[in-house]
Amino acid sequence: MSVLETQSASLQPSGRKLRQQRFERFVVVALAVIATSGVLVTTGVVFALVGPTIDFFREVRVSEFLGSTRWYPLYEPPEFGVWPLVVGTFFIMLIAVAIAVPGGLGIAFFLSEYASPRVRRVLKPLLEILAGIPTVVFGFFALYFISPNVASKIWPIGEVGFYSGLAAGITVGLMILPMMTTLAEDAMAAVPRALVDGAYALGATKREVCTGVIFQAGLSGIIAAAVIAMSRAIGETTIVLLAAGSDAVFSFNPGNPMQTMASFIGFAGLGDQPVDSTGYRTIFAVGSMLFLITFGLNVMSRRIVNRFREAYE
Amino acid sequence: MSLTKAASLQDTTSTARKLRDRAFLGTLWLATLIALLTLIVLVFTTFVDGRGKLNLDLLRNFPSPFPEDAGIQSALFGSLWVVLTSGILSLFFAIGSAIYLEEFANPNSRVQRLITLNIQTLAGVPSIVYGVLGLAFVVRGPLGWGFTVGSASVVLTMMVLPMMIVASREALKAVPPSLREGAYALGATRWQTISKQVLPAATGGIATGSILGVSRALGESAPLILLGALAYVSSNPSGFDSDYTVLPLLIFKYATEAQEEFRAVGAAAIIVLLVLLVALNLLAIVIRDKTRKSW
Repeated sequence: MSVLETQSASLQPSGRKLRQQRFERFVVVALAVIATSGVLVTTGVVFALVGPTIDFFREVRVSEFLGSTRWYPLYEPPEFGVWPLVVGTFFIMLIAVAIAVPGGLGIAFFLSEYASPRVRRVLKPLLEILAGIPTVVFGFFALYFISPNVASKIWPIGEVGFYSGLAAGITVGLMILPMMTTLAEDAMAAVPRALVDGAYALGATKREVCTGVIFQAGLSGIIAAAVIAMSRAIGETTIVLLAAGSDAVFSFNPGNPMQTMASFIGFAGLGDQPVDSTGYRTIFAVGSMLFLITFGLNVMSRRIVNRFREAYE
Repeated sequence: MSLTKAASLQDTTSTARKLRDRAFLGTLWLATLIALLTLIVLVFTTFVDGRGKLNLDLLRNFPSPFPEDAGIQSALFGSLWVVLTSGILSLFFAIGSAIYLEEFANPNSRVQRLITLNIQTLAGVPSIVYGVLGLAFVVRGPLGWGFTVGSASVVLTMMVLPMMIVASREALKAVPPSLREGAYALGATRWQTISKQVLPAATGGIATGSILGVSRALGESAPLILLGALAYVSSNPSGFDSDYTVLPLLIFKYATEAQEEFRAVGAAAIIVLLVLLVALNLLAIVIRDKTRKSW
């Protein structure tokens, strides 16, 4: 059908051919516009975070932003010491990564060297389902299950309240576990099979192959995956907002409520901030920080892969 | 004498080695079990919590601050509106961008590399940041669309676009060059080749990728907190200028209510959301299997 069409098209007088050519050129331009606009609009908007952020720092001195440990931007009088958010973000990220990175590595080792094809066929879809569960559902789970049944039972230092950085961190860790598994699996799959088989041929056990060959040879990819996991944990909003409370307490004890940069933005969004208020601009200042940090981590992850990749082939 | 000593030495090292192997396998099992248990406990506890509220009244009633007659109707319709419109919008942009990048753009050109780098970067931006951008440019500022269905659709489109472009590009990449070369050899033009050969061959991959994008939009909550979806809305959206709420945000709202009874309503709403997500994913699997071809 299409063969006949094109054949007859080429035999037509040049008027139709010309129209066809013009149409083709139009298509290319239209597609180029679509390709660049979709991406460029979004990128342009990202750059536009800069404006309100500068306005914010006109009102709030950098010395207060970085020098104070009290974060009450939406109160009267407001205080803008960002450290509680930084500490909260760091602790929750640390707890999440402490669960997701070893856990993801373990599952990936299990899937790549131990699991039979049948076990894999069952396990992989289950992990995919876990990866597809919305964060708000995890938040609900954190509030009603992790907080009372897990977080408050395992913490050795002091009491763990209803809202805690610990419950949020654990749940974020469980949420990113499937993603970490997939990324680690990809990193491990990049290790040439000949290397692995060689180790087996020399009498290595599966554990020795995992820790001595696959882990070593895939290390750059694994580190890159861990960095991505960090970035995801830092950017997670809903779980933290639900499970860690809404007070930016300056504390180094995750048993207390905590606020992260992301969850502060969500918290500020709960109330309608008037457009020209400092509270409104605070959202942008913290948003820029969050963007810069996650952007930096993502770039770092790509650098690690490119620089330390061991090329085998 | 020395022979037996060596043998026994080897014995002890090999038992130690075996022990270590066992312990290692044990930890791997533990990690796997934690993941599986999370899924099982999460689904089970939610079901137990929400069972009592899982009835037609839940779907029929509107969201309400009173747990007895709190339902999800407007959120269900809100989700449908937002997800469908952002799905269609992002599919349009994703397929267009993917065709341009895969079929037309010179892979070594600066523009191509710049766009690719951009997409990678945008895919890593936390979703809440899209909420901030939406607040500044869609809800207020230049577009000034307010807290409406339209704003939410635009922001969710921006959010899922990078991931959908990547999926569509992969689908186009999977179409073997021989198919294109065959069409060219028969005298087809570039666009004829793409529209009649390449796109139909890539449909399965594109559909699977976009359904995953759509399910992400369906479950997303963080950016919409900033876009005014967090409210008890007692009417279904009637257009792009309507107020709205969506299922994830209603679940959020119910989770933050102080009264214990809301736990059941929230859990029931979660079950509805999970059922929708599972249905979408089954659809993706069916499409993947139906359109799978071996070249």
